[in-house]
Amino acid sequence: MCQRYDKFDFDSFFKQVTDAGIKRIIAKNRLTETDFLSLLSPRAEKYLEEMAQKAHRCTVQNFGRVIFLFTPMYLANYCVNQCVYCGFNVHNKLERKKLTRAEVEREAKIIAATGLKHILILTGESRRESPVSYIRECVEVLKKYFTSISIEVYPLEENEYVELVSVGVDGFTMFQEVYNKEAYAEFHPGGPKRNYRFRLEAPERACRAGMRTVNVGALLGLHQWRAEAFLTGLHADYLQNTFPDVEVSISPPRMRPQLGGFPPKVEVSDKNLVQYILAFRLFMPRGGVTISTREPSELRDRLVRLGATKMSAGSSTAVGGHSASCAQTGQFEISDKRGVMEMAKMLYAQNYQPVYKDWQTL
Amino acid sequence: MKDVLIIGGKEVSSRLFLGTGKFSSHRLIPEVIRATGSQVVTVALRRIDPEYEEENIVSYVSGECILMPNTSGARNAEEAVRIARVARAAGCGNWVKIEVIADNRYLLPDNYETVKATEILAAEGFVVLPYMSPDLTTAKKLVEAGAAAVMPLGSPIGSNRGLRTRELIRILIEEIPLPIIVDAGIGRPSEAAEAMEMGVAAVLVNTAIATASDPVAMGRSFKLAVEAGRIAHLAGPGETHEYAQASSPLTGFLRD
Repeated sequence: MCQRYDKFDFDSFFKQVTDAGIKRIIAKNRLTETDFLSLLSPRAEKYLEEMAQKAHRCTVQNFGRVIFLFTPMYLANYCVNQCVYCGFNVHNKLERKKLTRAEVEREAKIIAATGLKHILILTGESRRESPVSYIRECVEVLKKYFTSISIEVYPLEENEYVELVSVGVDGFTMFQEVYNKEAYAEFHPGGPKRNYRFRLEAPERACRAGMRTVNVGALLGLHQWRAEAFLTGLHADYLQNTFPDVEVSISPPRMRPQLGGFPPKVEVSDKNLVQYILAFRLFMPRGGVTISTREPSELRDRLVRLGATKMSAGSSTAVGGHSASCAQTGQFEISDKRGVMEMAKMLYAQNYQPVYKDWQTL
Repeated sequence: MKDVLIIGGKEVSSRLFLGTGKFSSHRLIPEVIRATGSQVVTVALRRIDPEYEEENIVSYVSGECILMPNTSGARNAEEAVRIARVARAAGCGNWVKIEVIADNRYLLPDNYETVKATEILAAEGFVVLPYMSPDLTTAKKLVEAGAAAVMPLGSPIGSNRGLRTRELIRILIEEIPLPIIVDAGIGRPSEAAEAMEMGVAAVLVNTAIATASDPVAMGRSFKLAVEAGRIAHLAGPGETHEYAQASSPLTGFLRD
């Protein structure tokens, strides 16, 4: 999928995109790969309003006037990787911790009291400190409180995904971080995460293992965003074509300040982010778009009408961060600090229904 | 003679069934139900949350309505069956709309798995209304499997593209001895009226009402359209002819 674009000259492609071509693409019902890429071009920036109008209609038609809510729960921050942009980098000095079953339960109770039924659990990459058996134990506890449990952990083998699905995990999130291979090697100097392909193919293994929802993404700020957005979309499209019964979505996370202090390599403006989301919506009308609390509240409020379908709320990126007693260093700084109630209020004010529950454990 | 629709032994007063998944607020639902006069209301089990009364969609469906949980999210017969059982155990009654979808791009139903789920659930005493791609052979199998009605799509869910499967639905109306209910695709009241004129027993609408600028007014419009279409069907519309009637008939010279 990505290999076809390894040597692709994105800049030359963007130079030959015309205004007439963009208008024609916006009017189409089904976009090709190159149509999608055209909408990510600098020239398409002039047509953001037209794209937004269509993307908004398309989102409402496919998903309704609703936004799905969830929150992340960090189980452990032990990590053997050296991702230069991540607060959990093995070389960073921070208190390493993993939640006990009792602590998971305490966090679960606090989150469940907000009404949320969907949770995303995260760990760093440490097969010693947070092995699959540990994740499984945590899922057993969380099942009592939540009807949908997603994982965002290090890439696993297919049989390990099968094991987690069998105990009640139904959703999977994994960011490739950066699709460009050279950049990937540069930002992941050590640890098992250096294996580009094993990570890239993790979503497929998860789909084969029976996950219901799969979310992919590139961390924006590491490499040319237009190319990264394009490859993320292609990855999502490939997964949807290969696994038609899976609900596929993307995240467009922008880099945030973190303990390592690594600054973004490229700037991705609000306008760029919006262009990415709109182009994706027109390319994949039924694809989900997840917006995290990395983004500031004012922008998130606007993204409700610009193609977003799912948002996190009441987030903490620290292990045990939902319980008041813990004051840990997070993976990165969040921007939108609103709780679930405040998010719901904002959605109602925009004439949108917050959805707390959209799956039922069977 | 009174014109009644009977499904699963129950008299259904309104031929406009309502879907609930896309409204901008659950709080709108009671008002929309009043406007549509709907008696049968479908809710996805995946959205039902008995633990959060205020945000539980079912709290907004009047007790006078027949609650028809649907199996949205089921990818095969087994999941549909499990969802239906969970719904019944949760006190949602024994009506169920079977929805088995293994295609997230167009949301087209899997007819084969739908038949399998229908057979199992009908045998367990459910009143089963299966959503299906209009196909005569499948519809006949659904009859054998014990379905209470057959619900063909007019066009893909949420597409608002109208009765694109008109000819196939016409065949189902002619051949299937169960109520035919058009579920999915109806985007405008005129299309609902058209379906009713053709002789379908009812229509199920969500997107067209929920995503209208004024869902309550659109709900009322659908109510009137469905009633108008039904009356027209019962009134027996005149035949249509491709050509004008010949004023000099070819056989006019023949005498008894």
